Amino acid sequence: MLLTITLADIIHSIDTWLNQTLSPNLALAAELVLGGLAIIGLVIVMAIVMVYAERKIAGFMQMRYGPNRVGKWGSLQAVADVLKLFMKECLTPKNADKLMFAIAPFLVTAVSFMTFAPMSFAPGVQFWDINIGVFYIASVSSLSVIGILMAGWASNNKYALLGAMRSGAQIVSYELSSGLSLITIVLMVGSLSVKDIIMSQGDLWWIFKGHIPAVVAFVVYIIASTAELNRAPFDLAEAEQELTAGFHTEYSGMQFAMFFLSEYCNLFVLSMLAATVFLGGWMPFHIPGLEVFNHLMDYIPGVVWFFGKTFAIIFLIMWFRWTFPRLRIDQLLKLEWKYLLPVSIVNMVIAAIITLMNWFL
Amino acid sequence: MEIIKHFSESEDEQSFVINIGPQHPSTHGVLHLKMRLNGETVVDVEPNLGYIHRGIEKMNEALTYKQCVHLTSRMDYLSAHMNNQAVSLAVEKGMQIEVPARAQAIRIIMAELQRLASHQLWWGCLGLDMGAVTPFFLGFRERETILEIFEESTGNRLTMSYITPGGVLQDIHPNFVKDVKRWIEQFKKNLPEFDQLYTNNVIVQSRLKGIGRISLEDVISFGACGPVARASGLACDVRKRFPYDGYDKLQFEEIIYKGGDCWDRYMVRMDEMKQSISIIEQLIDNIPSGPYREKLKGVPKVPEGEYYQRVETARGELGVYLVSDGGSKPYRLKYRTPNFANLSALRKMFIGQKIGDMIAIMSTLDLIIPDIDR
Repeated sequence: MLLTITLADIIHSIDTWLNQTLSPNLALAAELVLGGLAIIGLVIVMAIVMVYAERKIAGFMQMRYGPNRVGKWGSLQAVADVLKLFMKECLTPKNADKLMFAIAPFLVTAVSFMTFAPMSFAPGVQFWDINIGVFYIASVSSLSVIGILMAGWASNNKYALLGAMRSGAQIVSYELSSGLSLITIVLMVGSLSVKDIIMSQGDLWWIFKGHIPAVVAFVVYIIASTAELNRAPFDLAEAEQELTAGFHTEYSGMQFAMFFLSEYCNLFVLSMLAATVFLGGWMPFHIPGLEVFNHLMDYIPGVVWFFGKTFAIIFLIMWFRWTFPRLRIDQLLKLEWKYLLPVSIVNMVIAAIITLMNWFL
Repeated sequence: MEIIKHFSESEDEQSFVINIGPQHPSTHGVLHLKMRLNGETVVDVEPNLGYIHRGIEKMNEALTYKQCVHLTSRMDYLSAHMNNQAVSLAVEKGMQIEVPARAQAIRIIMAELQRLASHQLWWGCLGLDMGAVTPFFLGFRERETILEIFEESTGNRLTMSYITPGGVLQDIHPNFVKDVKRWIEQFKKNLPEFDQLYTNNVIVQSRLKGIGRISLEDVISFGACGPVARASGLACDVRKRFPYDGYDKLQFEEIIYKGGDCWDRYMVRMDEMKQSISIIEQLIDNIPSGPYREKLKGVPKVPEGEYYQRVETARGELGVYLVSDGGSKPYRLKYRTPNFANLSALRKMFIGQKIGDMIAIMSTLDLIIPDIDR
């Protein structure tokens, strides 16, 4: 007899225990606190893992080792960096708008944390099964532009202002194509709920099932989300050679680290969303008709599937960063408004026709 | 040619001034650019020089000719060999010495290796300036091997001071020929990788083509030289026009493009690397035997007179104007440096471009600031 304890079982037993010991309202409050802590823990662990991964991937692509001094294979490098950042003084420029300057990094980070709520990490593991899940993530994640604009404006620095303005133009424009490419799949599923989207991919993932529109939507989504993340080749907001550091030029220490954290957090969220919507989330790889194969795939836990897919997409986005040079801001906006947006609108129409005719694989 | 107004006169309501440099990541070295921007568009630019001025020309007047060579390595540290060669040739011209054939061959090989190393670093930095980090490491991989070859023969990696009046300071290392050949093999194998990663990249092409255009007339009027001028169609390769050290006996092409934009400047350097390889290949197998240096007096004296010698460094024409009063020290030693001339053309290229282009333009000019400030 194979003993299988899934993540859902653990969470369920915690829930039962809390409800037995506490009154229902207190239990709910405790669960909310625990959930929040779990997300913060997850984000911090993920950020550390991704900082390390990014350095190692960069090293791999650039014929060098990456960090290899602190800890085994440099595995403690990220921890050492965090300690260093904690020890650094947070400076505020003399003529900065002090309140906005202080709030901006927290706003950006808080927004990134909020996007985790409707994510489904494993079968039955979801904090909040809201019926507009994908819409919620797409809209909340675009709020970070406010934090970036605040940071750039409040810094009272021309580089920062230029970076923030660029970022505003960039995030707001790319939000459109990334939203439209998500809607393509939402049309096919017929639901915005993250859970429904995952369950609908039980036979086959949407990227295979949805024919060409799904593939086009996936490509557009990856490009648009890279741009939304301010990562190379779309890292114009910080463009270190042009604007020294863009909107976070004046930030130091942990304030800077918050922006950094939120960037990695957003990268993680957008990759998770791509994995959920296009690649089936925690759903194992199933091929209709091959029962034995499908059954074998079911033995691999959902968490492994989910994080495997997420990290595959993260690797892809990091790969872009270490390969491509940066675009210019007008080229960036041209790419969005002249190419990506028309493509995704046409794609959405085709997807709608396919959905109406029920032409899925 | 229309007259460009002074920086402070070109004010309008919309624009604002930002200072790029001295400690800016894209001004490798310490160049300060006062830049007037209207949004993302460059309205005007004014370079501010002198942050690392060391008075090298004045210091030369207190040093013997052999000592002068050492200072020139510090000017354009990516063309150290060529800089040494320029002073050495000027002194030899004055003293009317013929350099041994072996020394000439070694000088050319070293200079071409130096040109390759310089162009590779430029290539990497161009990538870095445009936000691509990986090219930097590719460029460095090739350059490191060249620097190791230099170190083996000259004992130095950056400021070689190897070429000296009368020849070269010491004979090449026994492994030199073997190492250079091995490096050429390696480089020929890796050069397609450069193109694959960078030259054929759509983003690179869209960032460089048609950007920072400068016409042939402007290039001539600003006195620009080297790859910058050749990209606009000016045939100005000193190695072809005023051959020295036996360049006239070698087969190589002068790379000339017509467009005068960033892309052409890029392609000139990429093609020049191939030409340099062919020059080295012609020489490396038959370096003449014999002495590597003409025996000179411990402290050579140059007869009274004025002498001018130019060489082609990795960035263009370096002129050395030597005024001698017959003593063991130069009365006056003036350098006409390529970067200073190229920098003067910068304003013409910048105006009307975006701030992101500005970085690409500056990078394709391949400025070495110590060479400007001296």
